[in-house]
Amino acid sequence: MEKPNYNTDIVRSFINWGIIWGLVSIMVGVIVSLQMVEPALNFPPYLTFGRLRPLHTNAGIYGWAVGTTFALFLYMVQRLCKTRLWSDKLARFQLWFFNATIITAAITLLLGYTTSKEYHELEWPVDIMVVILWVAFAINIIMTIIKRREEQMYISLWYMMASIVGVAILYIVDGAEVPVSLFKSYSAYAGTNDANVHWWFGHNAVAMVLTAPPLAMFYYVLPKSTGVPIYSHRMSIIAFWSLIFMYLWTGAHHLLWTPVPDWIQTLAMAFSVMLIAPSWGSVFNGYLSMRGQWHQMRENYLVKFLIIGITFYGLQTLQGPMQAIRSFSAFIHYTDWVPAHIHMGTMGWVSMIAFASIYYLVPRVYGRELYSVPLANLHFWLILIGQLIWTISLWIAGVLQAGMWTATNSDGSLAYSFMETMVEMYPYWWARVFGGIIFLFGVIVFIYNLVMTTRRGEVSPASERTAVEGRA
Amino acid sequence: MWERKPVLLLVLATAAIMVGTIVTMILPFAWVNTDADRIATVTPYNPLEQEGRDIYIREGCNNCHTQTIRPLVTEVLRYGDYSKSGEFVYDRPFLWGSKRTGPDLARIGGKYPDAWHYKHMESPRAMVPRSNMPDYGWLKNNLLDPQNIRHKMDVLGFPYEQAEIDALKGKNEMDAIVAYLQKLGTGIPWRKTAETLVVGELHNPYQDDLTVLDAGKALYMQHCAACHGEKLQGEIGPELTDLDMPDADLYQILFNGFPEDGMPPFSAIGSDRLWKMVNFLKNEAKH
Repeated sequence: MEKPNYNTDIVRSFINWGIIWGLVSIMVGVIVSLQMVEPALNFPPYLTFGRLRPLHTNAGIYGWAVGTTFALFLYMVQRLCKTRLWSDKLARFQLWFFNATIITAAITLLLGYTTSKEYHELEWPVDIMVVILWVAFAINIIMTIIKRREEQMYISLWYMMASIVGVAILYIVDGAEVPVSLFKSYSAYAGTNDANVHWWFGHNAVAMVLTAPPLAMFYYVLPKSTGVPIYSHRMSIIAFWSLIFMYLWTGAHHLLWTPVPDWIQTLAMAFSVMLIAPSWGSVFNGYLSMRGQWHQMRENYLVKFLIIGITFYGLQTLQGPMQAIRSFSAFIHYTDWVPAHIHMGTMGWVSMIAFASIYYLVPRVYGRELYSVPLANLHFWLILIGQLIWTISLWIAGVLQAGMWTATNSDGSLAYSFMETMVEMYPYWWARVFGGIIFLFGVIVFIYNLVMTTRRGEVSPASERTAVEGRA
Repeated sequence: MWERKPVLLLVLATAAIMVGTIVTMILPFAWVNTDADRIATVTPYNPLEQEGRDIYIREGCNNCHTQTIRPLVTEVLRYGDYSKSGEFVYDRPFLWGSKRTGPDLARIGGKYPDAWHYKHMESPRAMVPRSNMPDYGWLKNNLLDPQNIRHKMDVLGFPYEQAEIDALKGKNEMDAIVAYLQKLGTGIPWRKTAETLVVGELHNPYQDDLTVLDAGKALYMQHCAACHGEKLQGEIGPELTDLDMPDADLYQILFNGFPEDGMPPFSAIGSDRLWKMVNFLKNEAKH
């Protein structure tokens, strides 16, 4: 089994709960995609699209992404610091409080307790729970780093620490609100200010929850699973500092052409384009690490997940800046193109890296070899194909609808009514349902494989190689 | 060196994060919602409207409807005058949204009569065929709580009369959300300024042309039937079976509507379509 001074129980628990919330998020996602094409599937008051969609996004971000982030960070911090977690009790508290928070979040969202702010819908009491949870997590990670026995801090630790302070600042500032009753509050900011503060949060939640943590995992799991070091340490340094510096300027690209002052929009647009550099710094660092090792794409299923994952990160960080340019935003914003963009990131990048990281952890925290590599390959192809059907059909839908919205007759009048453009979306929305179900099926294969691993997997010799663990 | 000092790394990372934060998030408070931004005609929500807004939030309407119109030609044509910062000073939180599964609602106020909204909320597809909006008729079953609404108004610091609170008694959530929708975008008199004067003599290019009747009928079904009935028998709007007026006058009515009476203008769909509808309506009136 594991070297005794590492706490692996807590890692296992967070993996399990992260996957459970991920499954909830994906299933609710399929349900809301069906509600888009068949309104009779709305069951008021609790199960309407308006209430379920925030449940889908919150379970995905705070349950699945943050849950696996907790698992991976708690694992990596011990190995990279060559020391046991600072406090096992605090980690245990964090686990239970995490589940209590997500359950409270799910119930309150279905009851209609929402601030309406995208990705920050939770009302003030649940907001406070999230803050307590994050502080507990932050203390444990930072204290473990402080008492580390490896002087040099590896790249993954930088991203962890940036994520910890970033999320704390963003969440607390954006969450400022005046309570009216136990589950109702009004934002501390009004109108245009509220919009600008909120999308400063919204875009950087993407940076600190859906970019920095998967990068921390990628920089750790790629060299560990391939046996080759990261190509350039210097490039990692440049990419890290420029990424966390530039991200914070870009929130207003969600607000192009709105009443937010023009100069903020222009800054956001410029910094969004500049962000391509640090993003691709990490992509190239991944690709160049693979020099002479590309045969591993064929032989090592983990590499496939990691390299395709970082490729979607690269595509995501090219498409994002493109949408952040005023002229393109004028055309494409508010259409189905945008959810397709988000889902390339969440299904193609974040989830792909999370799956790879969990596969990597399995023999190390369960003490058993993966039950079936062919099933892992099936999982890979199902989630890849599901995601591509999902995103490509909605990119087409977005371009189609944008074209119809802006089409004019020769006398300058509008060529199409709103409904004429909306009914054109139905076939593409059906395609999304189909893609989502394939993705869901892939995740079920993944879960089956893990369950069978814990029951039937061969006892792992890898988990006994603790001497090399902790080497960055 | 920072790679060996965690506290230093935390401090530097916080500093890196704060630069962009200060410039693009904190500084704007000096420009936005200041006196320069204010519009005198924009007023806070009354108790019924504010409660309607909270119901709009509770039901997550913002997941499918935006509330901000961009200064782009086709967008202004479709929805109305573009949004100004000063129109949102009483919005806590903002509800601009990010996705238009349904149309933008920033200027929905005054576009349709109340009766249209009640029917549409009850059964969206009865008014807009093939719409994917859920039914919200059940809002009628929930009565408002005047004391709670008064408390909300106090927290927001919005002015209200006792009579407005008393009037909430017996009203339901549907009344509130319709009142809210009717308030949206009416803080500036944009409908008045957007009214177009048709000048010169109007000539129907399809005079006596029976071949466009089918097209005219299809347009009528799409744009008019929800209010005037499929057989022109009248429902929310008046019956149209005995229209007796020159083509040009009918065209004018379709073009500009009667905004005060709840008939929206249809200028944005273009004169070609309007003349086809004129032909259809005149032809129906003859029979």
